[in-house]
Amino acid sequence: MGRAVSVEIVYRGIYQKTLAKNISRGVVLAARRDGKIGIAFGRYGDSPERNGVPAKNFAIVAPNQDELELSMAQYEPQETDVTISVDDMLCKGVESWAWYGLQPINQKVKENGILVVTSTLPADEIVKFCHRKPYPYRLAVIPGIPSFSGLWVYKNDHTDVRILGALAKVCPDLVGLDAMLRAVKEEWKDDLKVVSARRSYEQTEIRVVNPDEGNPEIPYSFDLPGWTTMREGVAVDAMVLGEPVTFGDQVGGYRPARNPYFKKFSTRTMRPVVDFDKCVKCTLCWLQCPDSCFDVTPDQTYDVNAEACCGCGVCAAVCPVDACITMVNEAAFTDHKSQWERYKTDKQEYATWLRQVTSQQPERSHGFRYRGQYQEQIAKSRAGSGGEGGGE
Amino acid sequence: MDAEATAVQPAEVEQEALISGSEAVAVATKLVDVDVLTAYPIRPYDTLMQYVAKQIADGEQDAEYIVAESEHSQFEIAKHASAVGARAMCGSSGVGWCYAFEAIAVTPALRLPLIAMVGNRALDDPGAFGTEHNDALAARDLGWLHVWVDTAQEALDTTLMAYRVAEDHRVFLPVAISTDGAFLTHSQSLVKVPPRSWVDRFLPKYDRGNMVFHPDNPITIAPQVNEDWLMEIRMQTDQAMRHASGVIEEAWKEFRGIFGRGEGSPFFEEYYTDDAEIVLVGMGTLSMPVRVVVRKLREQGQKVGFVRIRWFRPFDHEGLGRVLSRFQGIGVIDRDFSMGAPFNSGVVANEIRAALYPQDRRPPVVGFIGGLGGREVTIPNVREMFDLTRKAAESGKSPTDTVWIGVRA
Repeated sequence: MGRAVSVEIVYRGIYQKTLAKNISRGVVLAARRDGKIGIAFGRYGDSPERNGVPAKNFAIVAPNQDELELSMAQYEPQETDVTISVDDMLCKGVESWAWYGLQPINQKVKENGILVVTSTLPADEIVKFCHRKPYPYRLAVIPGIPSFSGLWVYKNDHTDVRILGALAKVCPDLVGLDAMLRAVKEEWKDDLKVVSARRSYEQTEIRVVNPDEGNPEIPYSFDLPGWTTMREGVAVDAMVLGEPVTFGDQVGGYRPARNPYFKKFSTRTMRPVVDFDKCVKCTLCWLQCPDSCFDVTPDQTYDVNAEACCGCGVCAAVCPVDACITMVNEAAFTDHKSQWERYKTDKQEYATWLRQVTSQQPERSHGFRYRGQYQEQIAKSRAGSGGEGGGE
Repeated sequence: MDAEATAVQPAEVEQEALISGSEAVAVATKLVDVDVLTAYPIRPYDTLMQYVAKQIADGEQDAEYIVAESEHSQFEIAKHASAVGARAMCGSSGVGWCYAFEAIAVTPALRLPLIAMVGNRALDDPGAFGTEHNDALAARDLGWLHVWVDTAQEALDTTLMAYRVAEDHRVFLPVAISTDGAFLTHSQSLVKVPPRSWVDRFLPKYDRGNMVFHPDNPITIAPQVNEDWLMEIRMQTDQAMRHASGVIEEAWKEFRGIFGRGEGSPFFEEYYTDDAEIVLVGMGTLSMPVRVVVRKLREQGQKVGFVRIRWFRPFDHEGLGRVLSRFQGIGVIDRDFSMGAPFNSGVVANEIRAALYPQDRRPPVVGFIGGLGGREVTIPNVREMFDLTRKAAESGKSPTDTVWIGVRA
């Protein structure tokens, strides 16, 4: 008989939609070749997707219709055997249109279940981003730059089949390698993809994550009201006026009120960093930011509120001063603290930090441009530790 | 016929595909060779127009594909296409369906066999995408045939059935195929896609006969009428709806013969009802959690079952009344509301009460409202409904109020 196996794919809206769909369909089509049945679907409330907003896809595989029905007519499974994060920065937590509050990336991973992450970071670094679980689970890292392969034109870099190959290894209950490779060959009709899937199967390593490991933070959440306690007439509280910014004796500027229940930062893969000494107070970043995420400081400079910023990079694009606002890889940060307060506290320290942090530029994969690119990327990201390639 | 013409082609077998409910309907429009498809985007219905557009762009489907400037025009265009003898398809969801209401309301009297997919969606405001059956049910009383499906396979099969029934000259009425938003429209499952030749055997050409709007057959459709004409027109539409029941049964039998699917009554599906004491009744994908709970309770020896209504119009009051009258208690799950209705019930519960009225045995009926706005009907929800229905059965009395399930107080 057996039971249903649930796979969750957490991805960046639009950029990775086709990638996520390829993975969820690939799982069901491969399992079919092992004689199982399944369903593949997106998290309905995530749509309409916005660029980069965390979103989810699912694949559920079962030995028969009765087992599968338990998971049908639902938005998402209660728990997952496998959760796949196709961008390592999603490991900091995900907030979507579909629910309120921040969900840990591993929220649905069951005990001894597995979290699969594509990343150039070592597993130990990824564990630090992930919220703690009360029980052990496993982590597999598939080496690779996050694939932002696109929606309308899918620029393939084999991330889809590399994940599928790894799944056969980390969750044999789901599908065997032979069925997976057959599905890859028959669905994509590309022998190189089969090679990529097989190599990924061979190279994927698994690490156990214990309950005392990971981010100890309790993610923010939201209690939904009942019909007797809700305001009537489909009305909700609107945003109130903001207030001045205070630092020490300094009071001034303006901090707009922000939605405490929808913060948006989990959309971000890169963060703007401001060199306050270079700021000419032109106001352009503040004016152009689509999310009102800049606080006006009492110095009349502009400070990024890292909880409200979704990392779109408009501020850096419109800033007329060279290297005043720099977009930095989100992996370089562990908190949402004010840059301006840090600057005001110790300008020397801030200058040192700024130099160090702005060297960390984000890298995204937008498909292959030449053969051997993947091996080069992996070797580069592991600088010195020796690259191990895989397929194309 | 020579041997070559009768030889079985390799394509004459069913193919399995991993497709959503909307895609299944899109595939069906290809199989029945729809002539005119009209579209206007609103989710979850818009998945149908996307898949149709793709089929046409990929050269798999040859049809006029018209994206209108609103749902009102979308339904008007499809209606007119149907009048000139074109096989037509349209559809919508939620308030989009409501925006087309003027066209929807007049289609049955003109006897146009238009098929619409309703991707069931809550009526906003407030903005909501989830499934709720009030959109389709708003057109409950107008002469449209209404059918609810619960799998992508059934969505495909029912689209074939819908054309067959609607285009029967005894019927010539439009059909709304209701598919639950998200759970059907946006979920891919394994579907058997029949070969075109099987469909050709099942579905004859659309022939409007002397009702076709064509220069060779000069007629005027829908002139002004007053009180001296309209009642007879309504009577004709009513007669057509009465004929539909028999035509559905005929078509269902033939469907089973050709496609090998379709057991029992075409109007409703019975699940573990043979020796059942307590049953739930509902429409659409809430069947999934109900079937799971039926199996679990059966394992514990409880005699429970489920009746899923497929065709809501025409409503098989005789068949349902006969089947339901033999149980001890009946719980009806409405994924809709009808504020101020008798017993504060949803729409389906009062239809069931009416169907039971002429029966000698009238078991207690409990009305439930749940799953609104696409909220999941959960396993605990279903257990609660079975419990409450059993209690009513034990008391021997129908409660005079309706129970909302899964709502936060």
